[in-house]
Amino acid sequence: MDALIPLFVAIPLISAFLIILLGKLVKGFHKIMAPLILLALLIMSIYEFVNLDNTTVIYTLGGWSMENGYPIGIYMVLDGFSVLMLCIINLIGFIALFYSLSYISKYTAESNYYSLFCLIIAGMNGVVLSGDLFNLFVFLEVSVIASYALVAFGVGKTELEASFKYQVLGGLASMLILLAIGLIYWKTKTLNISDVRTVLGNGYSNPFYIFVQVLLISGFGLKAAIIPFHAWLPDAHSSAPSPISAMLSGVLIKAVGVYVLIRLFFNMFVLSQEIAVVFTSLGTISMVIGALLAIMQWDVKRLLAYSSISQIGYVIMALGMGMILLVRGDNPGVAALAIAGGVYHLVNHAVFKGLLFLNAGALEYRFDTRDLKKMGGISRLMPVTSSTSFMASMSISGIPPFNGFFSKLIIIIAAINGKFYLLAVLAVVVSIITLAYFLKFQRYAFFNKPLQKSVEKIREVPFPMSFSMIVLAFLCLALSLLAFPSINDAVLMPAIQVLMQSDLYSITILGL
Amino acid sequence: MEGMSTIVKKVTQLIAGLIFMYGIYIILHGHLTPGGGFAGGAIIAGAFILQILAFGTSSLNLKKEVAGTSNTESIAILMVVLLAIMALFLGAGVFFTNYLPKGTAGELVSAGVIPLYNIFIGIEVAGAILTIFLALVIFKEESSK
Amino acid sequence: MIVYILCFVLFLVGLYGVITRRNLIKIAISLSIMEFSIFLILVLIGYVDNGVAPIVDPNMTGQVYVDPLPQAMVLTAIVIGLATTAMLMAIAIRLYRKYNTFDIREIKNLRG
Repeated sequence: MDALIPLFVAIPLISAFLIILLGKLVKGFHKIMAPLILLALLIMSIYEFVNLDNTTVIYTLGGWSMENGYPIGIYMVLDGFSVLMLCIINLIGFIALFYSLSYISKYTAESNYYSLFCLIIAGMNGVVLSGDLFNLFVFLEVSVIASYALVAFGVGKTELEASFKYQVLGGLASMLILLAIGLIYWKTKTLNISDVRTVLGNGYSNPFYIFVQVLLISGFGLKAAIIPFHAWLPDAHSSAPSPISAMLSGVLIKAVGVYVLIRLFFNMFVLSQEIAVVFTSLGTISMVIGALLAIMQWDVKRLLAYSSISQIGYVIMALGMGMILLVRGDNPGVAALAIAGGVYHLVNHAVFKGLLFLNAGALEYRFDTRDLKKMGGISRLMPVTSSTSFMASMSISGIPPFNGFFSKLIIIIAAINGKFYLLAVLAVVVSIITLAYFLKFQRYAFFNKPLQKSVEKIREVPFPMSFSMIVLAFLCLALSLLAFPSINDAVLMPAIQVLMQSDLYSITILGL
Repeated sequence: MEGMSTIVKKVTQLIAGLIFMYGIYIILHGHLTPGGGFAGGAIIAGAFILQILAFGTSSLNLKKEVAGTSNTESIAILMVVLLAIMALFLGAGVFFTNYLPKGTAGELVSAGVIPLYNIFIGIEVAGAILTIFLALVIFKEESSK
Repeated sequence: MIVYILCFVLFLVGLYGVITRRNLIKIAISLSIMEFSIFLILVLIGYVDNGVAPIVDPNMTGQVYVDPLPQAMVLTAIVIGLATTAMLMAIAIRLYRKYNTFDIREIKNLRG
């Protein structure tokens, strides 16, 4: 429905400031309002997902329609890929918020936390829904500045240092993005994504646009933590409170990093061979080095943060393979398979990495430490945490029948069919290395002999935390059904079609 | 935090009101001359910050001040989003339309709902900058005790 | 042409400051200098030859105005830069309370 689209941004924005205003008057107001708002957003996004039916909904702010064939207004666009990202953002956001109802009681200034959380959700919804470049930049900054504050939320020494490092690198990335937007405006005289595509389709001079594309890959690659732009991620994701780590690693690097890269490179720029090779090689390097660095970690959340780098490398590599095959033009079926594998792995990674960070938070809540060498032997004392963590570890390593197996299988099959044999071998090797360090995580956290006698006092985590973990674990099993072709057509195909026919985006928007 | 010397205090008493009025002028003429909400709000905040710096914080109740500016900022933002959502019901029914009558170009009362946006954004920016400044002053006072 | 090169030199000055300075406040200020150079490039992009400031006067018609869209972009970006700088300064002050120094060579708790 048309009028719902701006409400995705307006509702969390209103609730963020209402929580600050009324949080001083009414005690416990934030605990009732924030989950209700996110539940409403989740229901709205599922409603849009079910009702979209392979069309593109365009909402022009202020009613400024096209004038002489030039789009002069600010557009908000909802198509197949955006609605998938909306569902993931609001789902993981709701579950992380429900988890933090009992986790944040260990910190002070709770109402600030809920207000900042609503601002992150508002910013990410805006990024996914925006149809022109500068609006995307503004909402990107809203969500990223809120995340700087949330990483430093428990003001200890390590959190503040991690937040400072994150801010300097994030600020540098935002400046590169703003410079790239300025340069695109200089040459094309427009900021609308589909209008830029129309201007570029008429022919363009190569060296200038390669510079702009490299700037955009650097800027958004820093937000998505691709190697060599990954230096902020282990510190920031391990020092943040656990539901915020789940949001950052599960949704933020996807919504403001990978989603924007996909949208700009598939639907705005004309695909070229050099940029596709750059994408694939960056993805492969991230995949391999992230996995190798994760084996040596003894801190639970640092291990999970490095494995995030590795899994995002899988997604970028799959999308790069799809780009190379689309440029070659001879095998669109395999290109669709590679893109489908990448998008499916994106969805899966949000679910199981969110679940793993929530588990690490439950361990930290009970043990008060993040060191793997100090935990152990609680697989019977914390049954919900250990069983959901086992399911998430099997799922990320690619063991059937969990969802990670199917998405990695699709990526490897696409690599073999497209004759990228080296990439297929590397994907299998990295999958085995992933299994290795997750077995290390499981053994040291749950199945070792208990080191202290005080272990017997440890009980299960409170209800909001265990409920969130059970819901995500159930989704891990349910998402593996997406590999079947009939369900795949309903859920993933609209997203893939928008990306495959790169002209379709601009033709649909400007034709109206 | 102590105040400054007598010369600074006297000059501040003379000038702070003029700076405040200049900020209001820039906000109100936002649709006719350069400026608008952001710039005018920053100038208004500058007037208040000048007074706090010149006279010191010994006669202020800082916790009440920061609560006041924080509430002002939140209410102003809620008014802006409320004005934008009211456009869904009046006028053409699209978010952010200009639904009040537009007068002739060049008059002070014209251009529909834009001067109202300017006023509320000006109040919001002034409140935000004051809240940041007062929070830093409070932090310094508490940790130097 | 030379104005663009000068803006780029300003960007490099800011980048040099972020990389080599050891004081936290100087890193924050250098980041601000980099941002301002990008704003200058954005405003210079919208220059039209013989154009005047884009304020519409109903009496004079046929005027050539400079492009107002980059100016609107820069207004918004200045406010975003303000928020970023305020955030950095708040974190820097809290770091001073914890470590009693602004030197980043002392603040290295996180390794690996």
